[in-house]
Amino acid sequence: MKLSHLKVGETGTIIAFTDLEMSVKLMEMGCLPGETVEVERFAPFGDPMAIRVAGYQLCLRKSEAEVIIIQ
Amino acid sequence: MDIKIALVGNPNTGKSTLFNRLTGLNQKIGNFPGITVDKKTGFTKLSDGKEVEIIDLPGTYSLYPKSKDESIVFQVLADRENSSYPDVIILIVDASNLKRNMLLFSQVADLGIPMVLALNMTDLSDKQGIYIHVNKLAERLGVQVIPISARNNIGIDKLKQAVANTNKIATQVGAVDVNFLAPEAIKELKEKINSENDYYTLQVLHQHEHLTFFSEQDQSEIEQIEQKHHFESAKVQAAETIARYKHLSTILADVVIDKGTAQKFSFSDRLDAILTHKVWGFAIFLLILFVIFNAIFAWSSYPMEWIEGTFGWITTMGHQYLPSGMLSDLILDGVVAGLGGIFVFIPQIAILFAFISILEDTGYMSRVTFMMDKIMSKVGLNGKSVVPMIGGLACAVPSIMAARNIENWKDRMITIMVTPLISCSARLPVYILLISIIIPSKTIFGIISLQGLALMVMYLVSFVAAIIVAWVMKIIIKTKEKSYFIMELPIYRMPRWKNVLFTMYEKSKTFVFEAGKVIIAISIILWVLASFGPGNRFENIDQKYASALADTSKNTDHIKTLVATEKLENSYVGILGHFIEPAIRPLGYDWKIGIGLITSFAAREAFVGTMATIYSVDGGDADSATIRQRMEASVNSKNGLPVYTFATGISLMLFYAFAMQCMSTVAIVYRETKGWKWPAIQLGYMTAMAYVAALIAYQLLK
Repeated sequence: MKLSHLKVGETGTIIAFTDLEMSVKLMEMGCLPGETVEVERFAPFGDPMAIRVAGYQLCLRKSEAEVIIIQ
Repeated sequence: MDIKIALVGNPNTGKSTLFNRLTGLNQKIGNFPGITVDKKTGFTKLSDGKEVEIIDLPGTYSLYPKSKDESIVFQVLADRENSSYPDVIILIVDASNLKRNMLLFSQVADLGIPMVLALNMTDLSDKQGIYIHVNKLAERLGVQVIPISARNNIGIDKLKQAVANTNKIATQVGAVDVNFLAPEAIKELKEKINSENDYYTLQVLHQHEHLTFFSEQDQSEIEQIEQKHHFESAKVQAAETIARYKHLSTILADVVIDKGTAQKFSFSDRLDAILTHKVWGFAIFLLILFVIFNAIFAWSSYPMEWIEGTFGWITTMGHQYLPSGMLSDLILDGVVAGLGGIFVFIPQIAILFAFISILEDTGYMSRVTFMMDKIMSKVGLNGKSVVPMIGGLACAVPSIMAARNIENWKDRMITIMVTPLISCSARLPVYILLISIIIPSKTIFGIISLQGLALMVMYLVSFVAAIIVAWVMKIIIKTKEKSYFIMELPIYRMPRWKNVLFTMYEKSKTFVFEAGKVIIAISIILWVLASFGPGNRFENIDQKYASALADTSKNTDHIKTLVATEKLENSYVGILGHFIEPAIRPLGYDWKIGIGLITSFAAREAFVGTMATIYSVDGGDADSATIRQRMEASVNSKNGLPVYTFATGISLMLFYAFAMQCMSTVAIVYRETKGWKWPAIQLGYMTAMAYVAALIAYQLLK
């Protein structure tokens, strides 16, 4: 399942990425395989989204969340 | 200078606050080559009397840059010959989010430059129930670890002491042995560039394109090494990042003790639920924008009037008491007027930046980006472009400076390029004058004023134009930079009022000293063009009116006005007005309007004053009723038809809506983009757009 498919309040564990280059940037920001993420909210127009990861709040576009495979 | 220090850290860690704490007002702003962020350096003294120079490097999450601005960090740290190459690095981390912050530490540590770790926001992490074993951490990392709170001025002296104590040789324990990532390539390159450091060599493999100190020969050889050993940059970066986090997990294992994670975000979360709400979020944002707009539009008018009055008084006094002559005129009408034209912007700049620094400081600005990203990114703008564009309604100059807060280079450039299209307050007097001439003062449906409607349309036109141009530029401007929107949403905090004052001071100072030079130069040129004419034309005019002026029994005010009118017509500006007449005739303008277009370059509202002089209005630009009458009555010298028809009026308003007639904007774009390329493009496209729009409007309506 992709992170972008989660609803507000749902959590998942990162298992892999589908885009290598994007994965580097996401991992630098703490989105590592094995980390738990929780969807906090979506922006008023439905995109981007805010997630809680590694103890802080991160926002990213849905297109970027799409590369994150979660469980 | 005895020691050079570089400040390195993630964004939102309080790096700038620490920088201000360490250096106070003792800062200077310079340039990094090739990018638009300022190079901030400051100076301080250590307790042992050593003088230190501190450089504030752009905030970054990793040594691998996401933007041009971030690439500066490795460029400075990689090059021993670089004038900013530090003896000591202060790496600042947010103690309440240590693990992610330490990724950058572990990368920088492996470059082998002596360093000190500043654990910032310890007050906050204490409150959140995070305890950090400082000594254990220091022992494991092999560097001094100093807990500080830059915001509350805690631990700054200890940090300075730690810098003084730092060894000349790096003491940090190697974090990750990166050799396994690309052993052959690293080995070969190490020999070539004569380096002992595996990690430095690996970074060179990744980033050599950004490093200007390698010759072309070097670059192609490095490229060959990469190809020979099938070096895949992204793959290696991913593996390195994972290895570093693994290492950090073991280091931080019993160093960070977290007791209260569950509680710590509740306040921020509740605020976010309102501030980014579908309805309330936008309502509050609109309200904030309205307050900002009102502040720079209305509140700033008092100090601005005061500044204008003071400079006007200096000019009058000067003319009265200085010996009359060219030098006095140059100083008073050229330089003093130019200085007045610079200082008059300070209230708007200071007020806008007070708001922006509060919005940034509290963490609200990130939410604005979050909320607006979807709509703004469609036309090539950034969520943060909203503030400069609304500010543009008052004045483009502070607004273009505000575009500095946009991290993405392309988004920032597009914002800078379109902000001057937004109808600023200097256009208002021009619109009001022209609308009063060409639009009848009637109401439709009993309540809607036609003139008011026309004014509103002009504002709408400006927004639509800005959006269309932004969209076109999104397609045209090419960038190698990939656009990411992976951004931290920092927790809400109280603004630091001292920081707010500091930002107001710093931005005003930057404007006066950096953009001021260009403004003074242009205003002197304009003065020369308006005050001199070829041959002895001016002397002839003086002689013609000498007897009338000498007659003290009559009021000579009108004679003086007539002299001013004739002089303006015969000055170089007047001649230029005649010269461009063939070009502007298809737009419906005569040479008198041509003069107005040229003098407007000082500031758009100068159009009204110029019309007053040209039509010999004794009261100057204050007497708008007479100006209007004279303009309405004026006829074309060639065909005897009225000049200010509906078609000419619309054409002229569209010209003012789109043309870049503002030397201060040109100056600030030059300063913000660090070159003449972007202001030239802007001047070019806006003039072309103004000309075409005015041409079409006049030809269709005449």
